[in-house]
Amino acid sequence: MAKLVKTKVEVEGEVSEEYALVQEPLTTPWDVEEELKVVGKPVPRVDGEERASGAAHYPSDIRLPGMLHAKFLRSPYPHARVRRIDTSRAEQLPGVRAVMSKDNAPATPWNNKRPIFDDVARFAGDEVAAVAADTLTIARQALRLIQVDYEPLPFVLDPEAALHDDAPKIYPDGNLLDGEPTKYERGDVELALAEADVVVEGTFETPTQVHNSLETHGSVVTWEGDQVVVYDSTQNVFGVRDCVARWLGLDRNRVRVVKQFMGGGFGSKLGTGKYTVAAALLAKRTGRPIRFFLDRTEENIAAGHRHATRQYLRVGAKRDGTLLAIDLRSYTALGAYSAWGAAVGGPARELYNCANVRTYEYNVFTNIGPQSAFRAPGYVEGMFGLEILMDELAGQLGMDPLELRIKNYAARSPLNNLPYSSNGLLDTYEEGARAIGWDKRQQLDRTGTRRRGIGMASQIWGGAGAPPSYARVQVQSDASVTVITGTQDIGTGTKTILAQITAEELGVPLDKIRVEIGDSEWGLYSILSGGSMTAATVGPAVREAAADAKGQLINLAAQFLQVRPSTLTLNDGVIRGVKRRRPIEKRLAEILGELGDIMVIGNGSRAPNPDGVAIRTFGAQFVEVEVDIETGAVRVIKVVASHDCGRILNPLTTSSQIEGGVLQGMGYALMEQQIVDPKTGVVVNPNLENYFIPTMLDVPEIQVHMIDRADPNINNLGAKGVGEPPIIPTAPAIVNAVYDAIGIRFRSIPLTRDRVLDALERQQTSDIRQQTGVSG
Amino acid sequence: MPETPIYGPGRVPVKLVVNGQTHLLNLLPSETLAEVLRGELGLTGTKVVCGMGDCGACTVWLGSKPVYSCLQLAIDCQSQPITTIEGLKRNGELHPVQQAFIADDAFQCGYCTSGQVMSMAALLERNPDPDEEAIRSAVAGNLCRCGAYPKIVRAGKRAAEMLRVSKEREAPGE
Repeated sequence: MAKLVKTKVEVEGEVSEEYALVQEPLTTPWDVEEELKVVGKPVPRVDGEERASGAAHYPSDIRLPGMLHAKFLRSPYPHARVRRIDTSRAEQLPGVRAVMSKDNAPATPWNNKRPIFDDVARFAGDEVAAVAADTLTIARQALRLIQVDYEPLPFVLDPEAALHDDAPKIYPDGNLLDGEPTKYERGDVELALAEADVVVEGTFETPTQVHNSLETHGSVVTWEGDQVVVYDSTQNVFGVRDCVARWLGLDRNRVRVVKQFMGGGFGSKLGTGKYTVAAALLAKRTGRPIRFFLDRTEENIAAGHRHATRQYLRVGAKRDGTLLAIDLRSYTALGAYSAWGAAVGGPARELYNCANVRTYEYNVFTNIGPQSAFRAPGYVEGMFGLEILMDELAGQLGMDPLELRIKNYAARSPLNNLPYSSNGLLDTYEEGARAIGWDKRQQLDRTGTRRRGIGMASQIWGGAGAPPSYARVQVQSDASVTVITGTQDIGTGTKTILAQITAEELGVPLDKIRVEIGDSEWGLYSILSGGSMTAATVGPAVREAAADAKGQLINLAAQFLQVRPSTLTLNDGVIRGVKRRRPIEKRLAEILGELGDIMVIGNGSRAPNPDGVAIRTFGAQFVEVEVDIETGAVRVIKVVASHDCGRILNPLTTSSQIEGGVLQGMGYALMEQQIVDPKTGVVVNPNLENYFIPTMLDVPEIQVHMIDRADPNINNLGAKGVGEPPIIPTAPAIVNAVYDAIGIRFRSIPLTRDRVLDALERQQTSDIRQQTGVSG
Repeated sequence: MPETPIYGPGRVPVKLVVNGQTHLLNLLPSETLAEVLRGELGLTGTKVVCGMGDCGACTVWLGSKPVYSCLQLAIDCQSQPITTIEGLKRNGELHPVQQAFIADDAFQCGYCTSGQVMSMAALLERNPDPDEEAIRSAVAGNLCRCGAYPKIVRAGKRAAEMLRVSKEREAPGE
């Protein structure tokens, strides 16, 4: 009998209480010490061959008979009124099958309750019209024939400037989301700062980081009878299903969303794209399948990014290092549409045991493309300021930076005073410090032109997972097994861990198991793949379904063999037991084979998270860098990434995720930034030529250290998520290592050569001034 | 088929040899090899990511040389055979580089993988005993946003070792 429960759900740092319908659980957590047979082993991906052989079909590879190609016309101005659109010449171009604009699109509200094609364009790249044509070339030609009468309006790019009274208003009721900052306060910050022995403060700036997923955002949409089928490069098949259903006024079972593979998302593909809905509308209008994929430029200007921040941060402490107060005021540039800001204040609120904390987060609309979730949104930005200022505090106190952190370790969650379900932060400090040689960092060479330094930073994040999520494990009459659930693999290896969990619980060989995910048609709802939630959400539901199937198989075998079920086991696809004191051993396939076309169907759902504990993931990264003081080049030599995310389901794919997080964090620290021309409001580096991401030649030695200790207090796997944690500490650890190398504290990234050279020059000038006694 | 290709205007006859099969096509002179492979021939293993020679996702072999197929006009590719990721299998078996990529988890989303594999396999075809620097520089023109690079290096080493072992088997005692 299913039970309705209320449970806490955390997605990308935002916590909410939601209902979930769950079954009475059949499983209990595996013992912490238990050596499992398949789970926890470095199993190569079950879909590895498809990826390595070019056989994997990504949504952008889908070609359907009669398919048309669609493109958006985008505003060249960062802010403009769209007075009039004349599409008649475009419509007359041979091969053009439909043109859609504000004059003929449905008025159903899209982002921020604005229509899909509005009469105001709010960023350079905002969608103004869409064309569907026989070929991409014709669609592009048609865009040039659309005549738009724009009235350019004043625009604003900086989030603080956007709050001035005389700033251009992007929305009638102002540019501040919700009309006020998101406020949090515990204790008395002003009083604590006044009483502190030492107060350090700084202004920190982080850049706009673009996901640049290699597969751009896009969909292929076709109507099959009364059902619309959407092949979408998405992290959220059910979210897309629900949004398309709402826009088109369809029941949810009349929308099918398919995503077998996707070329990266990193958070940017959690929502539903305007291109998807536009494709569905154009497909309906033309009666033809529509392929609507963005190009690389559009991917950079209109498909989401990590918002830039400016953070004013103060930290106060006692002489002995005890933290007394953390005070943060942050400004984020949301772009023109995103109606949420990421939790930049999260690390300040919960990383350290500090009684007095205040965070005011100003989320501000600006005239650039909308921000979207990007791998640990908010915490990456917030950890940057906090962990650099902690190092500065340690410097002022004459303390070891690691010692300062250990001193302020939070044994219970500072947010709600709950104990942690498990907490390996101190272990990750110890492990990381040992592996990098923290105690020997004084011995590094800092005399020549290439100077070495070591730095570190901490990580805290969610990753608990949450209901609802449902799974089915079907056993066919040849004893082959099909696992069905509605989740999606965003590149992390989801199919593989679900196969491992099934093999472990059911007692059948891995190669007999096929996992079917990424299709809303099967109807087994599962949450979006974001917030490091997939493994810890879907995995437990799959284990439940496997346990249900196993119980039925044992029962069935017992009846067939005429023994009591309690005497039978199922392992490696073999039923074993005792009958009249004689051992029985029969392959499951043999038994089922004699029963005709029967099918055993096991169902499972994700149980709610326990009350009374805080569930977080923890980690620390230690970095060695080399700074060339002649060229300003910062080279990362080595990263030790030490993380605690509960039981490791697959060390091979987990280490891949950790390495990937480190590399994106390194890109953020050293090279990645979207640049917008302040005069025109136009992105000047909307491509992989001028927006730099790490290449093979930038890659340092990365040592992955997984604490790998099952958390017995969370779910039946003892596992938490790992996708986002490894990007969180990388940038501040690099910046702290650079300080260790050259004695300069950077508060803005990326550490491009010009920025480093400028700082070195200033350092030299001030050294000379100090030596010669010149002030100013 | 004429000796010198006709450069249009309009569609022109083009003969391409792809993965050992000959294709007679009528193409616009402006069509890139990547567009033709994906669109005309349905060989979607080759990906187009940037379309301007920045990322290497579209890497295929022209003869034995890895090239960015987004920067090649199809009409210019008639004199040499073309090999794509779909043509890398030998006797129905995955190329050692493909096998090594699977064993070492040298991909995450997999969208750059075809290009990485083609670049790495081209290296091993011409240099069966590469050092780590050669392995890295072979794929230096292939971007991976998931950050599979450390595993790609490992896979490159494994594939070289596999090729060495299989060559020793073929020619014992040498």
